[in-house]
Amino acid sequence: MKLYEYMGKELFTLYGIPVPAGGVVAVPEEAEVLAGKIGAVVVKSQVLSGKRGKSGGIGFADSPYQARELAAKMLGSRLSGLAVDKILVEKKLQIDRELYLALTIDGALRKPVLLSSAQGGMDIEEVPEELIIKIALDANIGLQPFIAREVTRRLGLSGAVARQVVDILLKMYRIFVERDAELLEINPLVVSGEQVIAADAKVTIDDDALYRQSGLPLVEERTATEKAAHEIGLSYVELDGDIAVMANGAGITMATLDLIEYYGGRAANFLDAGGGAGVEQTAKALELLLARKPKTIIINIFGGITRCDDVAAAFAYVKQNIGIPVPVVIRLVGTNEERGREILRENGIEAYQLMHEAAAKAVQIAREN
Amino acid sequence: MAVYLFADTQVLVQGITGNQGSFHTRQMVNYGTKVVAGVSPGKGGQALEGIPVYDTVAAAAEHHLLDASILFTPAPFAKDAAFEAIDAGVKVLVMLPEHIPVHDALAVTAFAKVRGTVLVGPNTFGVVSSGKCKIGIMPSQFFVPGKVGVVSRSGTLCYEIVGTLKAAGFGTSTVVGLGGDRVVGLSFTDVLAEMEQDSETEAIVMVGEIGGSAEEEAALFIKERVTKPVIAYLAGKSAPPGKRMGHAGAIIERGKGSFAGKVKALNNAGVPVAELPFQVPELVAGSLRK
Repeated sequence: MKLYEYMGKELFTLYGIPVPAGGVVAVPEEAEVLAGKIGAVVVKSQVLSGKRGKSGGIGFADSPYQARELAAKMLGSRLSGLAVDKILVEKKLQIDRELYLALTIDGALRKPVLLSSAQGGMDIEEVPEELIIKIALDANIGLQPFIAREVTRRLGLSGAVARQVVDILLKMYRIFVERDAELLEINPLVVSGEQVIAADAKVTIDDDALYRQSGLPLVEERTATEKAAHEIGLSYVELDGDIAVMANGAGITMATLDLIEYYGGRAANFLDAGGGAGVEQTAKALELLLARKPKTIIINIFGGITRCDDVAAAFAYVKQNIGIPVPVVIRLVGTNEERGREILRENGIEAYQLMHEAAAKAVQIAREN
Repeated sequence: MAVYLFADTQVLVQGITGNQGSFHTRQMVNYGTKVVAGVSPGKGGQALEGIPVYDTVAAAAEHHLLDASILFTPAPFAKDAAFEAIDAGVKVLVMLPEHIPVHDALAVTAFAKVRGTVLVGPNTFGVVSSGKCKIGIMPSQFFVPGKVGVVSRSGTLCYEIVGTLKAAGFGTSTVVGLGGDRVVGLSFTDVLAEMEQDSETEAIVMVGEIGGSAEEEAALFIKERVTKPVIAYLAGKSAPPGKRMGHAGAIIERGKGSFAGKVKALNNAGVPVAELPFQVPELVAGSLRK
């Protein structure tokens, strides 16, 4: 889950990382009031997309009147397809240097990594690799002060500025671990005279840890269907075809999509019903797929922890109680397969044994309807 | 020989009295796995199918030699249970649960490394040395002894491949589920290194998917160190960039981890790549004829 910049900065403030004076507002008049207190300000639209600077999502105002005008223009507009309903109004900083700091997780190394660069301010993707300092951290000891001091040395910092950057790095690591962050990025970290200030905040929280992060605000980036799917424990991604797909396991779901494409069809979605989905969950998943009115549905189950008879029972339940108005192709093998096939037979469906035959059939049905 | 698990491996089940834990313990025992003890806090003194249940791993270790453990513990408690098993000195730990916070996975991975424990998962179906010992939730009937080693990021897709191989007359030596999460204990490279040394394994099938760089790293390793034939199957050819396909790692970001890039890296290492599951047995047969 990504946090809006202003939420990230609230988190920074809580941990003592300096951010520019300012606040978040939802109406232009509030921007005027804030600018009246602060002076020259930067006005930043709060959307979960990078590249705000390039697409007009960030502007400067020297007077309260200008701040209100700018706010009025931004609020209610759309940026990269996202509605702007909040803006951050902050003191415009005198910028002497711009640094880059980030903490993230390297899956290949299986370690947290600290990234830093003396070339902050621009998109880090555009910074040449040799100008990025990457340090893999040992989760057994975490980010110790000696590591932070070494980072400041390599960034060419000294004195009070170096000391503040060390302090910020240690606080970042605390947030990273205590708040279950997957990514924590400050770009730029501004050196303004003797002061070091986080001018931006990018924070992504691990979705699997949200259950223990009750203090964090919730940010919704999913479509309504994706949200409904998530609530019943399914992994769902909307696509633009007409063949609805349900399978158990991310890999086999992807393989099902590949097969549909191979036979010339187009999948309407990716839906991984997960390991061990029971009758109720599977029935809800089916209802979700039906709601988008596909031409056909393909269910591809290779039962391990998922039991074939549960899937078949869920299908029977939905068919009898809600009705399934489109043809359904089912492939069923694995745990309790025989009982599952029996249930389907009682409901007038002969399950396939091979997934590519099932996929070919689904594509054929979609083409004919 | 097989790798990681052998006919005499003594297994502990953590979370043995739960719904999944008890169901799959019975499946493992039926397969021939030597499940010697179970742990379920607060249920010490009970038994499941004659298998004694203890309150803690330390208590189980007082009475049994524990070579390996499998966790059915729910995600919020999995880190603690994993530390407990590693601390008790198991050699192989299979961490089954999905949705384990990534920071917990980092902590467990780091501790396992310090203690020299082989960590499988999290978010894995487990490991099986066919006909000898299975530690996991895979459907037993597809895992018959043979000469093909299989290593996979994905669960059901791996069953699919193993099922296709079996239908074509190929059994398996050891099948390893790496796990679908971003941070997991074993990599393709770790398993390839073991299988290269294993006398029972004559060919290796890698089941990969889009996202991350695990397949590309494996390709480099294969080129330099693996003499046995390796076949790869990759899922996600049709996946659009920027959409996370279920697994934490399965996303094409900034052009990295794409299907085409992985195929190129693997082909460069002499590894033929199947785009669809049913193409795998043919490629295996071809590689063994050479």
